Amino acid sequence: MTFFPKALLIVAALGLAACNNPDRFGKGGAGADGAGGYGAGGIDANGLGDPNNPASIAYFNQSVGDRVLFAVDQSTLSPEGRNILIGQAQWLNSNPQYAIIIEGHADEQGTREYNLALGARRASAVQDFLISQGVAPTRMQTVSYGKERPLAICSEEACYAKNRRAVTVLSAGAGA
Amino acid sequence: MTLFRTLTPVLALALGLFVAASPAAMAQQGPLRITITDGVIEPLPFALPDFIPETGGAGDYAQQITRVIASDLSGTGLFREIPASAHISRVSSFDAPVAYEDWKAINAQALITGAVSASGDKIVVKFRLFDVYSGQQMGDGLQFAGTPATWRRMAHKVADQIYARITGEGPYFDSRVVFVSESGPKDARQKRLAVMDYDGANVSYLTDSSSIVLAPRFSPTGNQILFTSYESGFPRIYLMDTGSMQVAALAQQEGTMTFAPRFSPDGRRVLFSLERGGNTDLYELDITTGQSRQLTNAPSIETAPSYSPDGSQIVFESDRSGTQQVYVMPASGGEATRISGGAGRYSTPVWSPQGDYIAFTKQNAGRFHIGVMRSDGSEERLLTASFLDEGPTWAPNGRVIMFMRESAGAGGQSSLYSVDISGRNLRQVTTEGPASDPAWSPLLP
Repeated sequence: MTFFPKALLIVAALGLAACNNPDRFGKGGAGADGAGGYGAGGIDANGLGDPNNPASIAYFNQSVGDRVLFAVDQSTLSPEGRNILIGQAQWLNSNPQYAIIIEGHADEQGTREYNLALGARRASAVQDFLISQGVAPTRMQTVSYGKERPLAICSEEACYAKNRRAVTVLSAGAGA
Repeated sequence: MTLFRTLTPVLALALGLFVAASPAAMAQQGPLRITITDGVIEPLPFALPDFIPETGGAGDYAQQITRVIASDLSGTGLFREIPASAHISRVSSFDAPVAYEDWKAINAQALITGAVSASGDKIVVKFRLFDVYSGQQMGDGLQFAGTPATWRRMAHKVADQIYARITGEGPYFDSRVVFVSESGPKDARQKRLAVMDYDGANVSYLTDSSSIVLAPRFSPTGNQILFTSYESGFPRIYLMDTGSMQVAALAQQEGTMTFAPRFSPDGRRVLFSLERGGNTDLYELDITTGQSRQLTNAPSIETAPSYSPDGSQIVFESDRSGTQQVYVMPASGGEATRISGGAGRYSTPVWSPQGDYIAFTKQNAGRFHIGVMRSDGSEERLLTASFLDEGPTWAPNGRVIMFMRESAGAGGQSSLYSVDISGRNLRQVTTEGPASDPAWSPLLP
């Protein structure tokens, strides 16, 4: 039961081919720890490669670290966050075959639309930092999920802290 | 899937005024009156004998229509039905004289009588309202004609008349609510757009759940719906025509995210938020020309815009002061005045259709509230409190607010609730499953 007319579906399909579809492939981008983004268009759970291969997405997710966390209602990068992103940038610069979508997320303690905007701020803070580290802007896109895709689902700070995140999601066949 | 499409032509509202039997039809200033902005009140007891079937085959409709009218009135918390088992008088025909003494004896203050006839594809409902204590009919008798498919709407129309006559407020029962129907666990929630009658009946689904959808809004005529969807992989606003089900993407700009759309009162423009490079500002799109215009230009988050009913002003939220607060500015943009002043964060402001209040979400000390205040920020009143209450929407008469409430924890789920602007009559709206982001339609024609 899809009511979207054909014209729109074509547009959507083109968008998918060009730039992935972060909403569509579930937890494809997730690391082995089960955490992760919702992106990695076109790459299923088995497409992350061998974690022992330093050029694989699995290696990036697990060994480099695919995410940074934020304080409540903040989009400022912490020193730890910056360190992770420096590592991400080095890896991304040595592996130019991957395209990048940065997903921004918020915890549930906020209104829906504000959290969308807040998630965008977080994704953008990561993107700006990666650009400052030499990652080509043409490889990167951002998307915000606001509070739509929590990772941890308890209603306590322990979970909220994991949800206030920006995740760098890779896909092959890159470079936009 | 047949929404207004079937309804509009059918119930082209043969709103007939039949000749009232008694000249007491002008008994409008009778003592039967509820002022709903008063504080706690005792619900007004009414008697509603089953409407009389006047043709064969009208019996079921008569009974069901009567029940919907009773449910509409009782659901407001302003009226209380006296059960039929307590009735002394039996109403044998629609034109039979009213035995006021019998209704007084059971403390009925209002009496509603009616009849239903069915012939072919046509159903006619007529009713009269009586003020039992003054022994007079209140207003004229009215009749509505429709088809079997629209029997509920006819019941809502009757209840609307009764509600409006007794409260002096505008009607709202004959209206729809568009919302997001939810399923699945919290970390993999499936969402699809749905629309229902204001009381939860007649649900139909407008999209499947292949993409996240958020925050739908009706056009002023109720035949278009704005919403945000991840259909493209990125949040974008779309416009759906509820008659043809055609969907068009609006205000597409590469590398941006658009959300929080809302129509202007004339239906020609759409206010929305556009995010670029991490910064969110307000824009206005002229639907007829496709031209959009930037209304705010600040490094802060500007979102959740809503026009005043006359279209001259916009209320919105911004965190330019450091936290979310509510501001009012001219519809053309320009200097904004902060109107929220209490402790905590204020968001999702919506101007009442009557223009007298702005409803909002407030977060303070770990709780969420739905509240109302005047457009200058005065007379703030919190109507609800819970772990997460969010996103008020106004009934067409500006006297009732619907919103979503989400429960805490791993099993947390959303439901729809409604509450009076006085803070009374908080109740859950019946939906098939979890539901969020309600938006009330205007009163149907």
